[in-house]
Amino acid sequence: MEGYRLSHLDSLEAESIHILREVAAEFERPVLLFSGGKDSICMLRLAEKAFRPARFPFPLLNIDTGHNFPELLEFRDSRAAELGARLIVRTVEDAIAKGIAREVPGETSRNRLQTPTLLAALEEFKFDCAIGGARRDEEKARAKERVFSFRDAFGQWDPKNQRPEPWNLFNARIHPGEHMRVFPLSNWTEMDVWHYIARENLRIPSIYFSHSREVVRRDGQWLPVSPLITVRANEPVKTLRVRVRTIGDISCTGCIESDADSLEAIIAEVSAARVTERGSRADDKRSEAAMEDRKREGYF
Amino acid sequence: MTDSPGSAPEMDLLRFTTAGSVDDGKSTLIGRLLFDSKLIFEDQLEALQASADLTGEGQINLANLTDGLRSEREQGITIDVAYRYFATPRRKFIIADAPGHVQYTRNMVTGASTANLALILVDARQGVTSQTRRHAYIASLLRIPHLVLCINKMDLVGWSEERFREIRSDFEAFSARMQIQDITYIPASALQGDNVVEPSTHMPWYEGKCLLRHLEDVHIVNDRNFHEKRLPVQVVIRPHSDAHHDFRGYAGQVAGGIFRAGDPVMVVPSMKKSKVKAVHGPEGETDEVFTPMSATLELEDDIDIGRGDMIVGQDYLPRVDYELHAMACWMDDRAPLRKGTKYLLKLNARTTRAMVTQIAFKVDIETLEKDRAAQSLDLNDIGRIALRTLEPVAYDMYRRNRSTGAFILVDEVTHQTAAVGMICEPLPESETEPPEYMI
Repeated sequence: MEGYRLSHLDSLEAESIHILREVAAEFERPVLLFSGGKDSICMLRLAEKAFRPARFPFPLLNIDTGHNFPELLEFRDSRAAELGARLIVRTVEDAIAKGIAREVPGETSRNRLQTPTLLAALEEFKFDCAIGGARRDEEKARAKERVFSFRDAFGQWDPKNQRPEPWNLFNARIHPGEHMRVFPLSNWTEMDVWHYIARENLRIPSIYFSHSREVVRRDGQWLPVSPLITVRANEPVKTLRVRVRTIGDISCTGCIESDADSLEAIIAEVSAARVTERGSRADDKRSEAAMEDRKREGYF
Repeated sequence: MTDSPGSAPEMDLLRFTTAGSVDDGKSTLIGRLLFDSKLIFEDQLEALQASADLTGEGQINLANLTDGLRSEREQGITIDVAYRYFATPRRKFIIADAPGHVQYTRNMVTGASTANLALILVDARQGVTSQTRRHAYIASLLRIPHLVLCINKMDLVGWSEERFREIRSDFEAFSARMQIQDITYIPASALQGDNVVEPSTHMPWYEGKCLLRHLEDVHIVNDRNFHEKRLPVQVVIRPHSDAHHDFRGYAGQVAGGIFRAGDPVMVVPSMKKSKVKAVHGPEGETDEVFTPMSATLELEDDIDIGRGDMIVGQDYLPRVDYELHAMACWMDDRAPLRKGTKYLLKLNARTTRAMVTQIAFKVDIETLEKDRAAQSLDLNDIGRIALRTLEPVAYDMYRRNRSTGAFILVDEVTHQTAAVGMICEPLPESETEPPEYMI
């Protein structure tokens, strides 16, 4: 049966499609979180494949921090339009205005404020399942999270009380008001995502490729100069050839110096990298349990 | 299937599980695999150093790399299964790293459920312990096809071949009572790196492969059942579009066999016959789909098929019954399993109600002794049960198919996953059943 061997990417794809089909069958109102970032781009392709020739049965939801790389928003909108998918956008800006999300003085990043915004959006549309692009290799709290990750009526994750998840038998049962986060890319690595993007010939936002950008050195990384950050006197602005490895709030997403202008070059760069992709996100560096704490509150 | 330019190298995927407690060197071994294959990143290393967790020997505590939850680091124990990933040019690996203590048996069972291989560590000084036996039993129960007994800390027994042989024959005496197809014994020192990624220079008497090489080479394709066609239907795809007006596709992950257009098939549990009209893989219509691909089938006849039904070949039929027998591991800490209780049963894509009709025995997983007087199964207990379902369900014996022979029980009120089950033959009338009925 040697000819019936699946490559690792085909195995991962089969597993993810199975997960997406389970979501479609088990939940009444699932939604797919689509930011325009590389992981959610892969998820969209998997969703296309899982249900064709029919269209995938979920709308898309983006929680917009307002602190964006403009290229990302353009990409998000054009990709959704291309697929004819319904895209719902809820903004942190709006959540602040409504008092749903509250800013803490001195905090520039809006990552934390995405959580109440997301929870309010799930409630507004009565979504009972949010499909996210998180991967277990990103961070060690995520390494312990289930594919079907239960959230209580407050949207919280309880890492000590997770449902066992044997084989591919996912327990999707919830009570009204509770919801599930589902992560079809749980077993994918950053490298798998890039290989898949290359194999499927997927379009990605231009900022993943090398480009010229004004940056300042802060907390050991190159931070993009934007109206959202105040350049300090001791921070000379430099124009460098950079790209982003992961996309978050522009006020805290570090760029890496890179000449990688093609997928092949990115793959070569990632395979030689000696730092994980989350190493360029200041929000994860705050403490050893930063991600666990944010996830407990209901973060993606 | 992956041949576009710039695509991933053609490698396959091996899932393996490890279980162990604090002192058997498991974390050091995993750390060594990741370190030596250069898969620990600088910021992870930085975080480890920042947590200032240096051991007496001045080493970084590699357990902190896998113990991802705050409570785990605080208590210095592994509570839950952590998944870790690494790749060599030949294979991608997923490690399900499970806690070893008896109170986390359920986590171990979860980690073992999808594994192709179980890696069990033995401290060469201590030899086979009750924990070794427990882990081997779980590997056997979950039908992990390959087992590696890694006899670690060989440096502390003077690299002694005699000690290695002694432990090996101890384990053989025990494992003969179980169903493990393939066992490999590797003497190693994770601390010094002997026989982990690089062959050892201290043990010329050992002629086998080092651990990583074995993990790269172990043959796993034939562990799947390619003979008995099984497609559990997850969703029915009906596009309702002009281009595909009459399209009706039955989508699911192929759990056994190979499907091609023209194949005679049967739908269970309704037992209606038809023929495959077309098969679709992830790239669209194709010649054949096989396990474990996610696929969509079109059939010649317009018959009633929904989620939870299974499309199978007409030659090897699964069992269709209201009754099923299984080895179960109880996972709910709120209430024990008792005769007469009702649960939701999820088997493939089918969810139905089931009642526990019998607890035949409970297994002491360290001695393998059976307690036939057991009235309940408590958290982490493993035992033989019988269930009666509300409607007929189609299933296989777990030993023939790890996908169509497995189920979970869900508490109808709390929605907790209360048990996992592996379906087996009914117990024979006589008391002296052969050992394969154990599992």
